[in-house]
Amino acid sequence: MNGLARTTGARVALAALLLLALGAALVPALAPADPLAVSDVLAQRLLPPLSRDAAGHLHLLGTDRFGRDLFTRMMLAGRISLAIGIVGSLLAAAMGTVIGAVAAWRGGVLDAAVMAVADALLAIPRLVLLLVCAALWSPGISTVVAILVATGWMGVARLVRGEVLGVRERQYVDAARALGTGPRRLLWRHVLPNALGPAIVATTLGVGSAILLESGLSFLGLGVQPPVPSWGNMIAGGRDLIVTAPWVAIAPGLALVVTVLAATVIGDTLRDELAGEVRVGPGDRA
Amino acid sequence: MRSLLRRVLGAFGLLWLVLSFTFLLVRLAPGDPAALLLPATASAAEAARLRTELGLDQPLAVQYARWAGAVVRGDLGESLAQHRPVTALLAEAAPVSLFLGGSSLVLTFVLGTAVGMVQAARRGRVLDRALTVATTALYAAPSFWLALGLVAVFTYGAATWGFPAALRLPAFGMRDPASAGGAWPALPDLLRHAVLPVTVLTAVGASGIARYARSATLDVTGAEFVRAARAKGVGTARLYVCHVLPNAATPLIVLLALSLPGVIAGSVFVESVFAWPGMGRLMLTAILQRDYPVILGVTVVYAALVIGANLAADLLLPLLDPRRRR
Repeated sequence: MNGLARTTGARVALAALLLLALGAALVPALAPADPLAVSDVLAQRLLPPLSRDAAGHLHLLGTDRFGRDLFTRMMLAGRISLAIGIVGSLLAAAMGTVIGAVAAWRGGVLDAAVMAVADALLAIPRLVLLLVCAALWSPGISTVVAILVATGWMGVARLVRGEVLGVRERQYVDAARALGTGPRRLLWRHVLPNALGPAIVATTLGVGSAILLESGLSFLGLGVQPPVPSWGNMIAGGRDLIVTAPWVAIAPGLALVVTVLAATVIGDTLRDELAGEVRVGPGDRA
Repeated sequence: MRSLLRRVLGAFGLLWLVLSFTFLLVRLAPGDPAALLLPATASAAEAARLRTELGLDQPLAVQYARWAGAVVRGDLGESLAQHRPVTALLAEAAPVSLFLGGSSLVLTFVLGTAVGMVQAARRGRVLDRALTVATTALYAAPSFWLALGLVAVFTYGAATWGFPAALRLPAFGMRDPASAGGAWPALPDLLRHAVLPVTVLTAVGASGIARYARSATLDVTGAEFVRAARAKGVGTARLYVCHVLPNAATPLIVLLALSLPGVIAGSVFVESVFAWPGMGRLMLTAILQRDYPVILGVTVVYAALVIGANLAADLLLPLLDPRRRR
C-alpha cells in the first residue's frame, strides 16, 4: 500500500473509489424513498438534475421515467456493480491461482490438459462466452458472478503457471527442499507467494473489465434484471430518453467511467511497483 | 518448416477443442430446444416427435458424432427460428461485421500507434499527460454508452442545433431506407452510415492500443541506435517513422492479435446500438430466441478469427523481426 499511495494519480483513484464505495454503502440506506418503489409517476417522472419535486425533496441527479430518484438508484447500482466486479474478479483470480499453481507443480498430463482447456477458453472472446452462458442460464446477479468466474480464471492461471515454473528453480526453493520441507508446503509457502505479483496486477486490472462486462450484459438485458438497478441496465433505461432526458443515461455512464478509470489507474500503478515486466493484453471490454 | 506445420496443426486442434467445448456447453445447459420451438398448446407426443426429428433423443455421444461429422462437411445446421442454414445466415452477416471491424481495426492500429508514439516523443510533458488521461478515460468508457452519446449529438442534436449537413449523421442501419435495393448500399451512403459506429469502435480500441504503444516506443527510444541516429542528424519525424517504428513493431503486432477479441466484443454492442445486420446482432438475436445452432455457428467463427489472428501473428513475427529469424 505504501508504494500505491505514492503517485498523485493512484491517490486520486483510491480516493474516488473509496468515496464511491462509501456513497454506495450509505446513500441507499439513508435515502428518504425506496429506490425500487414507484410513487406518483406523472408528477415525479423525468425531473432534471438539481430540481425539487412537489413534496420539496431535492433530486440531485433528477429522476427517471418512473419518478425514482436517480442519485439513490445510482448508488444502489454502485453497490451491485462494484460487488459483482470485485467478487467476480477475486473468485476468478483465486480459481486461476490454484489451477495454475497445481498445473505447474504437477506437470505432465494434468498440466497439458488444464492448459489446453485454458487456451480453448481464451480463444473465444470473453464477451461471447459470457453471452452464451447468459443465454443458457437464467439471468441474475449470481449467474453473472458465476459466469465472470468461469470465463475469467484462464489469464491468471497462465500467469501463475509461468511464474511458478520460474520460481521453483530458484535456490531458496532448493534450500527449503533440502531442509526437508514437504512438496505441498513448499508450493504454498515458498513458491506461490513469490509467484503472485503478475496475478495481482492482472486481477486489479480485471476488476475494471469485469465491471464493464457486467454493465454490458445488463445493458443487453442479459445481466442484472430491473427493477434491481445496475449501471448497465440504468443506461439501457435511458436509451430512448437520450434526447428528451439525457441525464438518465449520462449519470450511470459517468459512474462507470470513473470506477473503471480508477481501477485501471490503480492496476497500472501496481504494475509499475510490483512487476516491471508484466504485459497484460488489452483484453475484452464492453 | 516442421515448426510451421506443427503450429498450424495446433491451431486446428485448438479450434476443434473450442467447438467441442461449445457443443457440450450448449447441450448440457438446462432447457429443451424442442419446447422452445413448439407452440404452448403442443402435446407431449408432438414434442417427442420433434425431439426424434432433431436427434435430441439420442445419447450425447451420438449427437456429438453426428454434429461433428456435419461440421467437418461445412454444415453448421439450420436455424431453429429462421429455418435457414446457419452458413447462409453467417455468409450474410460476416461481410457486414468484417467491414465494420476491419476498418476500425486498421484505424485503431494507425491512430493508437500514432498517439502512443507522440506521447513517447513528448514523454513527461503536458501533452503526454493530457493524452494519458484522455486515453485511459476513453478506455474506461463502455462502448454502448459512447455510442448513445454520439447518436444524441450527431443525429438528434445535429437536427435541433442546425449542424452543417456533413455533420448530420445517421444513427441506424447501414443504408438510407429510401435508397435503391441490392445487398449493399452505394458507397457514399454506406460510408455516411459507418462514421458513428466506426468512430466508437476506433475510439475505444485506439485508446487501448495507445497505452501499450507508448511503452513499446519508450522501450526502443532508450536504445543506442536511436541515439546514434539522432547524433547523425536524423530529424524527429524520420527518426520515429524509420528507426523507432520498425523496432517497436513486434510487440504491436502481438497487440493487434490480442486486441481482436476486444474489437469483436465492441462490435456486438455497436451493431446492437446502431442496428447493423452483422454477426454481433445475429448472435444477440439468436441468444434472445435460444437459437442454439446459430449461437454455436457464430461462436465458431469468432473463435476461428481469434485463433487465426494469433497464428498469423506467430508466423509473421520471425519475418518482421530479424532477431527471431533462424
